[in-house]
Amino acid sequence: MLAEILHTLPQVLIDGLALGAIYAIVALGYTMVYGILELINFAHGEIFMTGAFIGTAILITLTGLGWIAVMPALLALLLVLVITSVLTGFIGMGIERIAYRPLRKAPKLITLITAIGVSFLLQDLVRFITEVKRGNYILTGPSMFTDRVEVKTSSVLSVFNDASFKESFIIVFVVAAIMMITLDFFINKTKWGTAMRAVAQDRDTSALMGVNVNKVIGLVFFLGSALGGATGVLFAIQYGTIDPYIGFILGLKAFTAAVLGGIGNIRGAMFGGILLGVLEMFASANLTLMTNGVFGAEYKDVFAFAILILVLLFKPEGIFGKVVMEKV
Amino acid sequence: MHILELRDIHAFYGGIQALKGVNLYVDKGEIVTLIGSNGAGKSTTLKTISGQVKPKQGNIFLNGKDITSALPHETAVSGVAQVPEGRRIFPRLTVKENLEMGAFSVKNKKVVAERMEKVFHYFPRIKERLSQRGGTMSGGEQQMLAMGRALMSGPNVLMLDEPSMGLAPIIVEQIFSIIKELNESGMTILLVEQNAYQALQIANRGYVIQTGEILMSGQSSVLLRDDQIKEAYLA
Repeated sequence: MLAEILHTLPQVLIDGLALGAIYAIVALGYTMVYGILELINFAHGEIFMTGAFIGTAILITLTGLGWIAVMPALLALLLVLVITSVLTGFIGMGIERIAYRPLRKAPKLITLITAIGVSFLLQDLVRFITEVKRGNYILTGPSMFTDRVEVKTSSVLSVFNDASFKESFIIVFVVAAIMMITLDFFINKTKWGTAMRAVAQDRDTSALMGVNVNKVIGLVFFLGSALGGATGVLFAIQYGTIDPYIGFILGLKAFTAAVLGGIGNIRGAMFGGILLGVLEMFASANLTLMTNGVFGAEYKDVFAFAILILVLLFKPEGIFGKVVMEKV
Repeated sequence: MHILELRDIHAFYGGIQALKGVNLYVDKGEIVTLIGSNGAGKSTTLKTISGQVKPKQGNIFLNGKDITSALPHETAVSGVAQVPEGRRIFPRLTVKENLEMGAFSVKNKKVVAERMEKVFHYFPRIKERLSQRGGTMSGGEQQMLAMGRALMSGPNVLMLDEPSMGLAPIIVEQIFSIIKELNESGMTILLVEQNAYQALQIANRGYVIQTGEILMSGQSSVLLRDDQIKEAYLA
């Protein structure tokens, strides 16, 4: 059995990294907002979905105008990523301004329910617009970066099978890595990043330092939503077909990844996302084999979430969550 | 013109009227202390000045400018720095980052570096701990860091809320002598203290607050000799 698991391991890792990178960036949005407001922003999965639709819509429009044919594909992608992330960034900021800020002093549960409401609103809005424009709410964008690349992993270790991936995998992974590294740098090394961490730790005292707390919270929503929207574009390119409900389950999993890594912890969210993606792909490839056919690949989520429960049983604060000793 | 002035301030805190017509002023270069027992309204007075509590009635002036309705970050930027009760260091930021946050509104990096040197002059121990997380320091060190952080903004008025709270007597001595030193170099200070005797020792003037009202005010030397104050606060 071990040999068979090893056969597929290179492919599992490649697919797991692509999915995990997507989980990781969406997880960042959850963890940043949670870190600063202690709010589980359920609408964040929908921001991701909205990004996927906006990106696909732009791509379809550009194709219709005949621009895609003349433009280098990478340039088109960059353009779509930038426009989409700016738009979703502002949508996220707007949601905070309209739906969450008035409830800042209300019990957390009220805001949570509002977030679920916003989530439904975005789903239906996107569904409505897409149906009006296309007659169907399931959308398939123009295919890009679909050439397959073979990786001769069998020559590395004879027990491995060869693996392959679509070119889009590289795009997903590189863009995701750039976004994560940039965000990490921004949060840890810049003045506004430090202000974000300060507001997360002590809002009142941050204000006494001259920090406009509302501006910082707006910034957090902008960044999280911009990254989430861009990830939606990556998802659409990697997996082709999208519908208004992709944000729900993916958002749930990304939130899980954030908890797995330690909610509120940026690097934890990145790690948790990658881990969850790889676990899921591993289960998808090997569950049938490991359970003698009792559980099929469709139980991959059960497997991934069982791992989550195990981790949290032994480390409730998550893998990177730290219980900081604070002296008074 | 007073650098800071409160006129007839009425304020509510947690549903109860915490301030009932407080009048108070601070002149440039003074140390003014606000003393009183627990729950008398000392902290609420500071919070009203910094904008964390909105007064129901009355006005607050900074250099003659009405700042009554200013938000906390606006008041901070206009030159009032507050060292909050319980220090409120950012526990998971490093000591250096804590200081940098104090200078958040300062755009010029050179000015920030100069001010940091000045902070090291008053609190040499901070310099040895720059990369340590704020939350891991002792209470005395945190108090020093909180004061250093407040100085980083280059304030016109420095407000200190119970700097002696929970500290060993020897540390309190140090803190008070640094407050005195800061004042001698020109800093205007509003000091809130339960430790009335020590506060009056270094202050020019004092106000005694009781259940939200100013009971008495005057030169520290006069207040120190007052029988009523001696009995209530200096015993």
